[in-house]
Amino acid sequence: MNLARVVGRIVSTHKLDALTGRKLLLLAPVDSRGVESGQRLVALDAVGAGAAELVIYVRGREASHAFLPEIVPADASIVGIVDHATREI
Amino acid sequence: MLLGRVVGHVVSTAKHEQLTSLKMLLVQPLHPSGASHGSELMAVDSVGAGVGERVLVVVEGRSASQAVNLPAAPLDAAIVGIVDRIDPS
Repeated sequence: MNLARVVGRIVSTHKLDALTGRKLLLLAPVDSRGVESGQRLVALDAVGAGAAELVIYVRGREASHAFLPEIVPADASIVGIVDHATREI
Repeated sequence: MLLGRVVGHVVSTAKHEQLTSLKMLLVQPLHPSGASHGSELMAVDSVGAGVGERVLVVVEGRSASQAVNLPAAPLDAAIVGIVDRIDPS
């Protein structure tokens, strides 16, 4: 899993039925200090995240687990909203 | 598996129901020499690891969720061991 900041929302009208009603958010991966690290990506939201929130996202096959028992073609999903991330050392 | 050091923790109240009560730690990947490499990641803890410890992390999704006995959970990294020492051969 990784940290990211929600930086936008994707609107797509014509898409697979399995994606209907799913919120697509644009994420900027960040480190625990909030510094952007890596390429932006689009993720499906499983927890009701909103603009500018710091979130936890999962990549790969397990991203689709967030929506079980529905089978959703996802390769990145938001699975948590971060209260705080603390790097101690 | 990768070798890393626990450098902090992440608190998330609003998260996917399958992730409830799992401890999430920030891990900095390490070379066997002890040098940091790459960017930090988040992993769920299945062994009681703490900040400062060197750990083994599985990052293949299926194995990560099996490590915490939640095969359908949306997670892709889990700490599965605490390293006592590395013996070079």
